[in-house]
Amino acid sequence: MKVLVPVKRVIDYNVKVRVKADGSGVDLANVKMSMNPFDEISVEQAIRLKEAGQADEVVAVSIGVKQSQETLRTALAMGADRAILVVATDDVHNDIEPLAVAKILKAIVDEEQPGLVLCGKQAIDNDMNATGQMLAALMGWSQATFASEVSIEGDKAKVTREVDGGLQTIEVSMPTVITVDLRLNEPRYASLPNIMKAKKKPLDEKTPEDYGVDVSNRLEIVKTEEPEARAAGIKVGSVDELVEKLKEAGAV
Amino acid sequence: MHFGLSEEQEMIVSTVRSFVENEIYPHEAEVERTGEVPHALAQKIKDKVLELGFYACNFPEEVGGAGLSHLDFTLVERELGRGSMALTHFFGRPQNILMACNEEQRERYLLPAVRGERMDALAMTEPDAGSDVRGMKCSAVRQGSDWVVNGSKHFISGADHADFFIVFIATGVDETPKGPKKRITTFLVDRGTPGFEVRDGYRSVSHRGYKNCILEFDDCRLPDAQVLGEVDGGFAVMNEWLYATRLTVAAFSVGRARRCFDYALSYAAERKQFGQHIGKFQGVSFQIADMITDIDASDLLTLSAAWRLDQDLPANREIASAKVHATEMLAKVTDTTLQIYGGMGLMDDFPIERFWRDARVERIWDGTSEIQRHIISRDLLRPLGA
Repeated sequence: MKVLVPVKRVIDYNVKVRVKADGSGVDLANVKMSMNPFDEISVEQAIRLKEAGQADEVVAVSIGVKQSQETLRTALAMGADRAILVVATDDVHNDIEPLAVAKILKAIVDEEQPGLVLCGKQAIDNDMNATGQMLAALMGWSQATFASEVSIEGDKAKVTREVDGGLQTIEVSMPTVITVDLRLNEPRYASLPNIMKAKKKPLDEKTPEDYGVDVSNRLEIVKTEEPEARAAGIKVGSVDELVEKLKEAGAV
Repeated sequence: MHFGLSEEQEMIVSTVRSFVENEIYPHEAEVERTGEVPHALAQKIKDKVLELGFYACNFPEEVGGAGLSHLDFTLVERELGRGSMALTHFFGRPQNILMACNEEQRERYLLPAVRGERMDALAMTEPDAGSDVRGMKCSAVRQGSDWVVNGSKHFISGADHADFFIVFIATGVDETPKGPKKRITTFLVDRGTPGFEVRDGYRSVSHRGYKNCILEFDDCRLPDAQVLGEVDGGFAVMNEWLYATRLTVAAFSVGRARRCFDYALSYAAERKQFGQHIGKFQGVSFQIADMITDIDASDLLTLSAAWRLDQDLPANREIASAKVHATEMLAKVTDTTLQIYGGMGLMDDFPIERFWRDARVERIWDGTSEIQRHIISRDLLRPLGA
């Protein structure tokens, strides 16, 4: 079975984000970028499936600016076998929308015929949480979102999902799209030999035109704002004082 | 000219940095408090590094290393510099001087060191022989086919975890027009050799948990098979291998300074006094500007010296410049950061006081700042006859 793993280049989770002066988005100029952390988890899961003999090839895909090549190299250094880069924009501030990404992924899935697509549940930049679901719909495949446990048995996948009330386990038929959550696994570090090998692994460069997909944006960002600063707290000396303060604040 | 890192180099940097952040940082406070690295933790770090293929990455592939270039390895050292040295010691970079091993010694020392089975420590300094290496008193005399060693060494870093030692020992004296000059030989000495003892050293202000020990030789017999390189060839071995080791001190200092600087920068942006962020005061903001300028300069000096080694260009002067600049820069950066933190910088709630203490030794070990300036100036003036 072939596993397709879409990965996104996003602002590094350690970077303190700054909103651009015109409110059109977050400032990404000269900012450290990394692989979306949820996508690291899906790459790790794909490699584990391969190590367990359940997958025979792991293909990583990234859609965005040319520099997404670095993100793909990271996936290759972790253990993916080859990569496809779709250069869809030359502007780092132009975030390709989920529907366009899902359409390109559909075309790649049609071509590559994977038995499984493993996506991060969402990208930490815009938190859309939509691409995996849209891809499943476009393909007419089953989907299992927010996976915290995955096991594949024959033509079925058993997926434990993290839902509000607790854990839900579902069974979906393959081929399927699984979007992964934080607790599924702990991604590995790229080993030094794999880092050295990554450069020799194939990386195909494509454009949206190759797949006949229009990537122009349909959504308009009206405003981007920083969250309101949290008001300073106070220290209380005793439980009684705490209760009193909460009462004053009308919280109890 | 091209100042960017390759994709591989970027990945090496980011892998080592996340390793240090995830596997080293969480244990630092405890090591600092106890002054010890528990054996199980040391083994855990070592095992992970071995699995990642980074152990002994400074060694060539033909002996089981990763064959990193000097530049690549300098990047590794730079990132490791962020973390506690007591812990990053187990990231495993055996002394490159082991490449001087002969075929038979390779099996006993070099290969097990590269595989992480045996750890090494280097011993040169003595109470009366610091910068003046030739002043050493630890000496070996011929008795039959053996050498009999007497004397002591101190400040031997990493000796508490070492299985064997690379020791520089005087093996004779030459009479020269400038007076008597000691001949020096390098020996490989196993822990447990009769007449050889490793004792606890001093408590240092810098790098708690990265212990220094005292080595005692009392009629310790070593056969010829323990000589590394040629008899009386100690200086040749030193000159061939130890300059590159010195560059690791520069790389460490740059990495450590960047970590320290991040604290200074965020504190300047968050701390408020007199109704505004302290970073708005020129007294602080200009210090931030000076610090990053110094750090970047040291970084470039260090990487370009490594690049020269890779090109087989003369590099001893450049390495000395990088070492003296980076270690003095680190002293300034840690001191300035502490000043920006004010009283809080002295408290062990923040790692600043530790960075400040750790920085002090960097200007002393692996050749003091004075020795580095001597090397630099001799390199320039000697050809002119001065």
